[in-house]
Amino acid sequence: MNDKERWQENYRALQERQSNFVTVSSVPIAPLYTPQDSAGTNYERDLGYPGSYPYTRGIHANMYRGRLWTMRQFAGFGSAQESNERYKFLLSQGQTGLSVAFDMPTIMGYDSDHLRAYGEVGRVGVAIDSLQDMERLFQDIALDRVSTSMTINAPAAILWAMYIVAAEKKGIPSYKLTGTIQNDILKEYIAQKSWIFPPEPSLRLITDIFKYAKEHVPKWNTVSISGYHIREAGATALQELAFTLADGFAYVEAGIKVGLDVDDFVPRLSFFFNAHMDVFEEIAKYRAARRIWARHMKEKYGAKKPESLLLRFHTQTAGCSLTAQQPENNIVRTAYEALAAVLGGTQSLHTNSMDEVLALPTEKAVQIALRTQQILAYESGVANTIDPLAGSYFVESLTDQMEKGAEDYFCRIEEMGGVLAAIEQNFFQQEIADAAFRYQQEIERHERIIVGVNEFTKEEKVGIDLLKIGPETEKAQVGRVQELKRTRDNAQVRSALAELERTAKGSDNLIPKIMSAVRAYATEGEIIGVLKTVFGEYREQAVY
Amino acid sequence: MSQSRIRVLVGKPGLDGHDRGAKVIARALRDAGMEVIYSGLHQTPEEIVEAAIQEDVDVIGLSILSGAHLTIFPRVKELLREQEAEDILLIGGGTIPEEDVEVLLRQGFAEALFTPGTPTGEIVGWIKQRLEKKGPEPARAND
Amino acid sequence: MSRDEMNEWLERLLRHERRAVAKLISRVEDDRGRAEIMHSVRAHSGKSLVVGITGPPGVGKSSLVEALTRYYRENGERVGIVAVDPSSPYTGGAILGDRIRMQAHTTDRDVFIRSMGTRGHLGGVARSTADVLRILEAGGYGRLLLETVGVGQSEIEIMRLADTVVVVLNPGTGDGIQAIKAGIMEVADIFVVNKSDMPGAERMKNDIEMMLDLNGGAGPLRRPPVVLTSALQALGIPELGEAIAEQQAFLRESGQIKIRRQVQLQRETWHYLEEKVRALFDGTWPQIPQDWLEAGERDPFGLVEKVWAKMTGGRDVS
Repeated sequence: MNDKERWQENYRALQERQSNFVTVSSVPIAPLYTPQDSAGTNYERDLGYPGSYPYTRGIHANMYRGRLWTMRQFAGFGSAQESNERYKFLLSQGQTGLSVAFDMPTIMGYDSDHLRAYGEVGRVGVAIDSLQDMERLFQDIALDRVSTSMTINAPAAILWAMYIVAAEKKGIPSYKLTGTIQNDILKEYIAQKSWIFPPEPSLRLITDIFKYAKEHVPKWNTVSISGYHIREAGATALQELAFTLADGFAYVEAGIKVGLDVDDFVPRLSFFFNAHMDVFEEIAKYRAARRIWARHMKEKYGAKKPESLLLRFHTQTAGCSLTAQQPENNIVRTAYEALAAVLGGTQSLHTNSMDEVLALPTEKAVQIALRTQQILAYESGVANTIDPLAGSYFVESLTDQMEKGAEDYFCRIEEMGGVLAAIEQNFFQQEIADAAFRYQQEIERHERIIVGVNEFTKEEKVGIDLLKIGPETEKAQVGRVQELKRTRDNAQVRSALAELERTAKGSDNLIPKIMSAVRAYATEGEIIGVLKTVFGEYREQAVY
Repeated sequence: MSQSRIRVLVGKPGLDGHDRGAKVIARALRDAGMEVIYSGLHQTPEEIVEAAIQEDVDVIGLSILSGAHLTIFPRVKELLREQEAEDILLIGGGTIPEEDVEVLLRQGFAEALFTPGTPTGEIVGWIKQRLEKKGPEPARAND
Repeated sequence: MSRDEMNEWLERLLRHERRAVAKLISRVEDDRGRAEIMHSVRAHSGKSLVVGITGPPGVGKSSLVEALTRYYRENGERVGIVAVDPSSPYTGGAILGDRIRMQAHTTDRDVFIRSMGTRGHLGGVARSTADVLRILEAGGYGRLLLETVGVGQSEIEIMRLADTVVVVLNPGTGDGIQAIKAGIMEVADIFVVNKSDMPGAERMKNDIEMMLDLNGGAGPLRRPPVVLTSALQALGIPELGEAIAEQQAFLRESGQIKIRRQVQLQRETWHYLEEKVRALFDGTWPQIPQDWLEAGERDPFGLVEKVWAKMTGGRDVS
C-alpha cells in the first residue's frame, strides 16, 4: 500500500459532514487533489508565463505589480444631470473609469415619451433620448482623460454615435476616445432578452461598428462579450464560459465574413464575466477562458498579432448571489467574489452594493463597495504576485476541466450549425432554464445553504436606507424630449432619417448616417423606428 | 372525477428581460399541478389583464424587477375593476422594497407580494390555500 | 353554479361578451354543467369550419396561427383560437406558452385566444377542445383556428375536431418521414412547408408531392395542395389562406362537409358515451382493491374477471 492508498483508507474510515460536495455550479469536488490530478499538464504548453502564450497566468508580463485593475463602478440613474453629479463624485473618490447604466426605455430603443416607457424612465439607469442628454451626461468631464464603458446593446451604435459627437463638440477627436460599448447582441437572445432587431441585421450593425472603429475610433472596445448576464439568468460557471466564448467566436467569424482581417478588429474585443460565490471555480473559469481564447485565435482563426490572442475582461460580482434578507451580509459575499476576480486576473472590476437586490444603490452602499476593492488592492496582499494559485493541484485540475467542458459545448454548438442556429433551436435558453431551476430546487431542498435565506435566518425589518427615484424625474425627462422635438430643425432631422433608411436598405456602413441623424438631434426612438421598418423586430422564444 | 385545475397567468410587465424568476415560478406552479399561462416579456398592464380574462385565470402573478411596481400594480388592479374581474387574485414578486410592499398591500393593490428568496413552495401553498377558501364547486361527473 | 347564473352567462355569451366566453369555457373544461351548457351553445354554433394546425414541435405552428390571424383580421373576420399544450402526466400541471407568439393580437377585441392543457387526454388535443371551439363560435368568433400539441405523433384526433387539417413540416429535418410513420400524411387536407427561407424547402415540397403521387387514389378525396410559407417573414400566408378557402369551398359544394360532420358526430358520441359509462362505474372501476394485488394475483385476465364481477354486481350484462 502506498501513501496515497493509506490516506484513502483513512479518509473512508471517517465521516463526511454532508452527502456530497459540489461547487455553486453543482460540479462534484474531490476531498483531495494531488500531483496525479494535474499530471497531464505541461507547464510550458498549458500555463507558460504571464504575458505570453497561452496566457493562462495573465495577459500582462507584470500584471498588478505594474498597474492595479481598474475599479469601475457601474452607475447611472434618473436624469443625465443627476448621473453627471454621481460620476463627478465617483471620480473624486478615486475611481478611474466611468461605467454608464441606461434606463430600460433607452436600452429597448424607446424615447421617454413613448407609451411603453411609462413608469420606467430613469429608473434602473439614466434616460438618454438624444445628443442633448448625452452632452449633459458628460458635462465638465474630460472625455479624453477617462475611459467610459456603456452598457448598451441593441441600440449600441446610436449611443456610441452620440458619445462620439458629444466629444467632437468639446473639440476632442474620436481617435483619442477610449472606452467600451457592450454591444453584445448574441447574449441578449441567449439570456438578457433586451433585443430589438432579428440576429442578421443586428450582426450587420456590429460589423459596421468594427469597420468604423478601425478607421476612426481605434482605441475603442467595440464589443464586450458578456457572460455576466448568461450567469445571472441561471447558467453554471461552465455554461457561462462556454456560451460566452462561443459568442466571441461568432463575432470573429462575422468580422471575417465581411472581409475584415482578424488582427484588425479582434484586439478591440473584450470580455465581461461574472464573479459568483465559489472562489476556486471562478478562478479556474477565468484562467481557462484566457487559454481557450488564445488557442482558438491562434490555431483556428490564424491571428498573428499578440493583441488578438489576449482575452481582456471586466468582472462584476454576482447580482444573483445577493440576498434581500440581512442585506449587510452582501458586503461579505461581494468581497469574496471580488477576491476570486482578482486572483483570476481581471482587468477591471465592479463590486455590487449591498442594497442592489432591493433598489438602486445609495451613495453609502456604493462607497463601501468601492472600499472593498481598495482594501483588496492595498491591504490584502493578493496583488503582490502574479497568478498566485498556479500550480495548485486543485486549481489546475479545475482549469483543465473547465477547458475540456467548454470544448465539448463548442462541438455541440457546431453540430447544431453554429451559435445563431443554436439560438434558433433554443439550445442555450433551455440549458440555462434547466440550470436555474435545478439551483432553486437545491436551495428549497436544503441541499444548498444560503445564509440568511434558508439557514441562519431571523425575523427582521430591513433597516437600510434606499435610494428612490420619484415620478418627477420621468415627467421632467418627457418634457425635455418633447421640447426638443418642437425646437430643433425638423427638416434636417427628416432628411437625415430618410438618408439613414436608404442606407439601411442597402449595404453601406450605417454608422456615418446614424451620426448625421444624431447631430441633427434626431432621438434614439426615431432612429430605431427607421431601422425597425427596414430590419423588422425579433420575437421571443418560449422556453422554460 | 373533477377536471378542475388552478390556472395562473405569470406576467412579465415592463421592458426588462429578467425572466429567470418568472420562469422558475412557472415551472414550480406547473409541478404543483397548476396550469400556467406565461404572458411573455414586455407586456403592458392592458395586455396582461386582457390575457387573464381570455384565459379565465384564478391568479395573476407579476414578476417586476424594473422598479416600476408602484405604477404597475395599481394599474392592473384598476383594469381588473373596469373589466369586473376583481375575483382574479393579484400577486407578485421581484425587487420590491419592504416599505413599498406595505404600501401596495395596505392599499389593496395586491393580495400578496413575495420578495426574493421566498421558497416557491410558499407561493404554491398561498395560492392553494386562498383558492380553497373560495371553495371549488363540487364536480358532477355524470351530467 | 345555479341554473339562473348559468343562463345569465349563456345570455351574455350570445351578446358576445368576452368574460362570458372565458367563464363558460372554464365550466366546460372543468366538467361543471358541461352537457347543459353545450346543449345551449350548439343551438348557436356549428356553421363555422375549424382549421386545425398540426405538426412536430418547433415547426412554427404558433407563428403560423399568428400570421393567419393577421390575414383574417385584414379581411375583417373575428378569430377564435384554441392552442393546446401537453399537461404533465405526473402532476397534471402544464405551462401553456403559445400566447407568446400571438402577443400582437392580445388587445384586439376581435381575437380571442384560449390556451388548454391536455389534462390527460391523448391525441394532441384536450377532451373538451371541440366544445371550446363551439363556445368561441357562439361568442361571435366565426373564424376558428386550432393548434394541436405537436408531439409529432398520434395527432389523428384532430380529424374529430377540424374540417381543414393543415400539417406543418420544416425543410431538411426528416419531418416528412416522421409524418408518414405517425400517419398524419393521411389526415392532411393541406401541407405547409414552413420556414421556406431555409435550404431544402423546394425539395421537401417535391418529396411530399411524390408521396402523394404514390398514394394515388387511396388518399383523401381531394389531393392536398403543398404551400410554402415563412410565418416569421410573412411569406406565403395569403396563398395558405386561399388554399384553406378552396378546401372549405370544396367541402361545402361537394357535400363532403355533411359526411365529415356525421363522422365527427359519431366519434364525439362514442367519446362521451365512453365517459358516461366510465362515470357510471366511478369508484368501482379505477381502483383495484389493494388486497387483491397483495394476494399474489399475477394474471391481469384473472383480475379482469374479478373486477368485472364486482362492477356488474353479478348482473348478467353479456
